[in-house]
Amino acid sequence: MTLPPDVPYDIAVIGAGVVGCAVFRDFSLSGLRVVLLERGADILSGASKANSALLHTGFDAVPGSLESRLMQEGAARYRRIHQGMGLPLLPTGAVVVAWNAADEAALPGILERGHANGVHDVRPMGADELRAREPHLAPEARGGVWVPGESVIDAWSAPLGYALQGIAAGGRVLRRAGVRGGTRDEAGTWRLDTEVGPVAARLVVNCAGNQGDIVEAIARPSPFEIRPRKGQFVVLDKTAYRLATAIILPVPNERTKGVVISRTAFGNLLVGPTAEEQPDRERAATDTAALESLLAQGRRMIPAIAQETVTTAYAGLRPATQFKDYQIEALPKEGWISIGGIRSTGLTAALGIAAHARRLYEAHFATLPAFEEPEGPVMPNLTEELPRPWQEDHREEIICHCEMVTRREIAAAFDGPLPAGDLGGLKRRSRCMMGRCQGFYCFRRVMEIAAPHLPDLVSPLGGAR
Amino acid sequence: MATTVIIGAGPAGLTAARTLIAGGVTDVTILERNPEAGGLPRFCGHLGWGFFDYHRIWSGPAYARRLVADARGATLRTNVSVTSLGPGGVLEISTPQGRETLTPRAVLLAAGIRETTRAARLIGGTRPWGVVSTGAFQEMVYAGGQMPFRRPVVLGTELVSFSALLTARHAGIRPVAMIEEAARITARRLGDLFARHILGVPVLTRTKLVSIEGTSRVDGVIVEENGMQRRIDCDGVIVTGRFAPEAALLRGGPLALDPATGGPQIDSFYRTSDPAIFAAGNVLRPVEHSGQAAAEGAAAATAMLRDLAGTLPAPADAIPVTPAGALRYVYPQRVFRDAGAITLYARASQACRGTLRLKAEGRTLVERRIDALPERRITLTIPEGALKKICRVELELA
Ligand SMILES: Cc1cc2nc3c(=O)[nH]c(=O)nc-3n(C[C@H](O)[C@H](O)[C@H](O)COP(=O)(O)OP(=O)(O)OC[C@H]3O[C@@H](n4cnc5c(N)ncnc54)[C@H](O)[C@@H]3O)c2cc1C
Ligand SMILES: Cc1cc2nc3c(=O)[nH]c(=O)nc-3n(C[C@H](O)[C@H](O)[C@H](O)COP(=O)(O)OP(=O)(O)OC[C@H]3O[C@@H](n4cnc5c(N)ncnc54)[C@H](O)[C@@H]3O)c2cc1C
Repeated sequence: MTLPPDVPYDIAVIGAGVVGCAVFRDFSLSGLRVVLLERGADILSGASKANSALLHTGFDAVPGSLESRLMQEGAARYRRIHQGMGLPLLPTGAVVVAWNAADEAALPGILERGHANGVHDVRPMGADELRAREPHLAPEARGGVWVPGESVIDAWSAPLGYALQGIAAGGRVLRRAGVRGGTRDEAGTWRLDTEVGPVAARLVVNCAGNQGDIVEAIARPSPFEIRPRKGQFVVLDKTAYRLATAIILPVPNERTKGVVISRTAFGNLLVGPTAEEQPDRERAATDTAALESLLAQGRRMIPAIAQETVTTAYAGLRPATQFKDYQIEALPKEGWISIGGIRSTGLTAALGIAAHARRLYEAHFATLPAFEEPEGPVMPNLTEELPRPWQEDHREEIICHCEMVTRREIAAAFDGPLPAGDLGGLKRRSRCMMGRCQGFYCFRRVMEIAAPHLPDLVSPLGGAR
Repeated sequence: MATTVIIGAGPAGLTAARTLIAGGVTDVTILERNPEAGGLPRFCGHLGWGFFDYHRIWSGPAYARRLVADARGATLRTNVSVTSLGPGGVLEISTPQGRETLTPRAVLLAAGIRETTRAARLIGGTRPWGVVSTGAFQEMVYAGGQMPFRRPVVLGTELVSFSALLTARHAGIRPVAMIEEAARITARRLGDLFARHILGVPVLTRTKLVSIEGTSRVDGVIVEENGMQRRIDCDGVIVTGRFAPEAALLRGGPLALDPATGGPQIDSFYRTSDPAIFAAGNVLRPVEHSGQAAAEGAAAATAMLRDLAGTLPAPADAIPVTPAGALRYVYPQRVFRDAGAITLYARASQACRGTLRLKAEGRTLVERRIDALPERRITLTIPEGALKKICRVELELA
């Protein structure tokens, strides 16, 4: 499976979250021989599978921070390439809503910070304009700050597309390939001990998300410590989509940006996240009380949410550290680049982080050829903004009726160089079973297509599993 | 262009088609999004079907085949999804060939029902593989010959929960427990004994499912009993019951809904707030057995025949009926004063004993002592002529 250990890769990227996928892409497209090592059965096994899916402007970042810069660069790169890759961008805009006098008092500061971050189109929005734009908001809304550039994207198709571009440029993705340790020989080559055998590389890029400090310890005592911060979400039925057009943001406090209401690229309405510190790096669990509280907060902002039903709920763990800013550093002596603590803005910043990693490589390791964005691949459209396969003439049989997913789309998730590695991967690639019935109507037929590719899901009657 | 279009080829839709054809309508089209007609019974292999409408006891698939055979004469279009139900009964449909718009004279909505998901119940925990509804489990076992687990817990104690136990038995597996938050099971008492003694499955009442645990596959659940939490090892969860009408076509559409049933409001002729659109079967309210759904399909079709003949009373003449006291819902939500005797159907929110009263303008028109269970249908017939000069009625259980 892997190259013989004596033929080292130029770069081994550890962790196929959105950051690792973007870094893998950019280095592969730069002509290097790159391997992406992911311990999960599929890419996006960590923070990147469960976020709010917002492409931020960075209006509320800490001015001058690395995070602020890389978010802007990342968002700008996404805007340049998304159309060519068939990736969605819902230009919803966002409004920071003031609900009381204290919120109102905070608005000028928010405006100022936006300008300091170079986001010059943020502006105040009066109560009347806000009401006209968002008629479902509760009457207590006193106006706010309008941020036209905030947008919604598909948080799964984007990193998958990045990984596919890296593969098309000659990179390799190894899954179920957790890195357990590694040593460096006299020639400076890393020999990583992975679950699929040794992998040799001249440079390692640590993009291990919530395992970032543990992986960092392979190279040095980690200067940052991961402190996971959980965020829970409730996804409302598609009928709730109409209740908000812009992203509804609260006035943030010290610890969190607060509970947000936003559309999803797939036509639902999302309420969340919470912000809960927890020691566990793996277990992203929801709990009834938090979900009820999210719904209550949602109803306070948009009363009509009370009539809507919940399609699903999920939780993600932000890879936060003791520091506010990203922890990105090149270690020329160790042959290592650390990319850690990409806690709550990594989807936006990923392509900016990848460009930054290229710059660090050039500064500390070697020059790279001029970077050119590739053409394609064009990702399957999963959003309701653009035509979907079920809407075409001579469509195939619809298997998932809630999300209108055809047989071919489910089968296609198992095709190509990066087929779905687990059920979550299948759902993220096709949306089957992601709708309001969560498989009541389509479970058997999805399994008939998926089971040959994903053993262990089901077993024949009478047989032992 | 079809005169009448039926959405959904389950017991309600197929029985309505048979009734329309028997009534002389030559142009009846049934639209079904699945590759085969028959609705939910297709995948329920155990006995318990056909009793009320055919006076026989069949398996679900046998019953479905009979319903389909008896609807011959209708044009059955499978693999066709209705994607929008517009005012006046204008339908957008997706067919294997392409999209079409249909403008029939009358539409019957018979889109059925589904169970409430784990997510909609806000059950916490992780999201491992092995959490399924009864409907999905049955289809997997009876039609797919596969099963996703060997030692699941069953959440809920409705009739359908016992159907899940029977299916488990057919699959040769034994659930580790049945979990019920209330003090007693939802279904009739016998179910309890049946689960414990015939199937050997412990029934845990006053027990709440707190969370589902596991990374890739379910490895346990956390339950709470008397304020104490404990873990039950298992490899799956069957989330049963708490049915909700398949309202995808309704929400955000032109029809007035009843928040209590989750379905469209109808008058005593099964007519929704749009006079071109009728509705019958489980789409009207949380679950009834197939016999009731079929009977409603027939009754709705009879009303549609009268509608085609122009002899239905004008919708505006109907007066509203509302539930009160311990009643969760009542339907039809509107009735006519001078259109013969009318049967009201209702359900109680929980097990209780009391007096069922039909009240109007401070007077009690009909009353009766009843013993109500959440799964027991409550019926009350309004005698002909009882509603003269009345503008609204209330059905109360107190
Ligand atoms: C609740 C929430 C809401 C958010 N909302 C937004 C938003 O709206 N917009 C936005 O831009 N960002 C958002 N984010 C932030 C964004 O999701 C993260 O910044 C981003 O996903 C971090 O990506 P990553 O690649 O660094 O980490 P991860 O996605 O966690 O990737 C790390 C990967 O490394 C793998 N791994 C770990 N250890 C090893 C090992 N030893 N060997 C091999 N592989 C290993 C893991 O399995 C994982 O797949 C949100 C985050 C959360 C949790
Ligand atoms: C697990 C389980 C066990 C049960 N066991 C029994 C039993 O033993 N005995 C009994 O009598 N009853 C039983 N029932 C109840 C029985 O299934 C229902 O009473 C009956 O199926 C209701 O009939 P219906 O026609 O209203 O709906 P359904 O049978 O649900 O039929 C609705 C049809 O409409 C189609 N449809 C929906 N939306 C669209 C659309 N947009 N476009 C096209 N087509 C659409 C669906 O695909 C479906 O085929 C059980 C139910 C369940 C879930």
